[in-house]
Amino acid sequence: MGSKNNNIDPLPQNDGLDSVDEKRRRFLLTTSGILGGVGALCALTPFVSSLLPSASALASGAPIEVDLSKLMPGQQATVEWRGKPVWIIRRTQDMLKHLDDDRELLRDPDSLVTQQPSYAQNKFRSINPEYLVLVGICTHLGCSPKYKPTINELGPDWPGGFYCPCHGSTFDLAGRVFKDVPAPINLEVPPYRFLNDHTIVIGEEEKQ
Amino acid sequence: MKSFRLGSWINERFPLLSTWKKHASEYYVPKNFNFFYFFGSLALVILLNQLITGLWLTMFYTPNANEAFNSIEYIMRDVNYGWLLRYMHSTGASAFFIVIYLHMFRGLLYGSYQKPRELVWLLGMFFFFLLIAESFFGYLLPWGQMSYWGAQVITSLFGAIPYIGDSLVFWIRGDFHVANATLQRFFAFHVIGIPLLMVVVVFLHIVALHKAGSNNPEGIDIKNHLDDKGNPVDGIPFHPYYTIKDLVGVIVFLIGFFAVVFFNPEMGGYFLESANFSPANPLTTPEHIAPVWYLTPFYTMLRAIPDKLSGVLVMGSSLFILLFMPWLDKSPVRSMRYKGRYSKYALMLFVISFLVLGYLGTINVTPFTQMLARVFTFIYFAYFLFMPLYSRYEPYKQVPARIK
Repeated sequence: MGSKNNNIDPLPQNDGLDSVDEKRRRFLLTTSGILGGVGALCALTPFVSSLLPSASALASGAPIEVDLSKLMPGQQATVEWRGKPVWIIRRTQDMLKHLDDDRELLRDPDSLVTQQPSYAQNKFRSINPEYLVLVGICTHLGCSPKYKPTINELGPDWPGGFYCPCHGSTFDLAGRVFKDVPAPINLEVPPYRFLNDHTIVIGEEEKQ
Repeated sequence: MKSFRLGSWINERFPLLSTWKKHASEYYVPKNFNFFYFFGSLALVILLNQLITGLWLTMFYTPNANEAFNSIEYIMRDVNYGWLLRYMHSTGASAFFIVIYLHMFRGLLYGSYQKPRELVWLLGMFFFFLLIAESFFGYLLPWGQMSYWGAQVITSLFGAIPYIGDSLVFWIRGDFHVANATLQRFFAFHVIGIPLLMVVVVFLHIVALHKAGSNNPEGIDIKNHLDDKGNPVDGIPFHPYYTIKDLVGVIVFLIGFFAVVFFNPEMGGYFLESANFSPANPLTTPEHIAPVWYLTPFYTMLRAIPDKLSGVLVMGSSLFILLFMPWLDKSPVRSMRYKGRYSKYALMLFVISFLVLGYLGTINVTPFTQMLARVFTFIYFAYFLFMPLYSRYEPYKQVPARIK
């Protein structure tokens, strides 16, 4: 056994060859572990990123033009923008008058939460008070609420507004959420601008 | 003689015979299994049914928003026996949940999650979560109204997460709304991603079970009394005793299963919802929207909380809390047969609350049902949260050393 070992290791007196440099080994393990981990995370990039909306999906989010000349007072029109329903409601003078009546029943009567462009952050939540433009997606879990404009339509206290069939959230005729419903914030007002009196562009703002 | 040589040729290279012995012909199982012990093997049969019918459905289904709905109609009308494959798959989904819920109930009833079977329970729970994900992904594929709005609601749940919520939903959907991109990725997860994980987790569940050995209705540890050969005196080999017994269970199950497949595949709108017979329309939500029956208990809890984030958290915890069962139960005995009366009442109330919450999820919200939903959500959580107390301090019966 001895002679064989001598053949392999010509310098048996050199202890350094047999002992393990623990510090060096730990350093190599740690650094290669960290670098390997970083590399593995970087390798996730295509898998995570490919799930983001594709270029064509983003392109289909372009602005749309809507002609409002046929919309009668009190009527609701629904158009599709970015796959979502966008409502345009031509409110009657009567509806506008009653917007102030139920302030204490609303969660955010002054629209403090940024759910609208700055030019729609007013009592009517619109550019022209007559036309209300909303993304028709409940802020609770994304169902599309129903337009229930008539007073008392949903019970004796109903002032007119929107009712979500999924989880019972309610909104007034400016898309403001009522208290004690699951939806946390007001309905979203999309960016839009008037091209002329009866045409609006949804998804595009007035150039500053 | 020839075949014997082939056998030994294989066994020298692969542990075929020893594995068979270890996990079947010499795997000792308590002799006193009852009705509730059918559901493990039944779940395996349904998994097989879903894998095979699913594979075939994939051959005829088109995972594209423009054609998905029509390809389902094509399967139903034009493909030979396509209706049978589809109904076996859709009925299989509901049957899977019935069987898994009963399988979990068995665990709660006989304390099967207790030491040393904590990992069996955890792996089983992980499988249950996968099953929920699998059914959710699969439910979008027919691209009907309920598919669409169900996916819209569930993906919106992630929007409740502060700060990153909105971008996360955008990422999950791959578009501004639930769209073709969403359908295609759900399809990929449904047909390969999740099933692959499910098969692995079932394998691990069984490996962990065979390490600890099966529990039984008495909760008696059969390994404490061994005969001269080292086998449990109160145990019998899994094969042929339980393979044959389980086969009887499978046949009875299949009679019921095919009765539904052939005569009532929609099950009055509980297995296949009527709103899903119209194609997805992103602009109109159906008047009455509800998930399929097996998810309604959790949906009711979500709906009962008048705040988005808390609702999502409550629903998430109602599932998550199940993971802690092995550590919430402080009882020195396993089986309900020897636990005290508080444990019995608690389990009874829990089952009632689960059923009531499930029913409430299928009907519209009224102030009264909302109140009921909140009461039963409380009971659901109370079962778990008070368990360390009532299971520890209640008087219990002495467990015999042997199974009679």
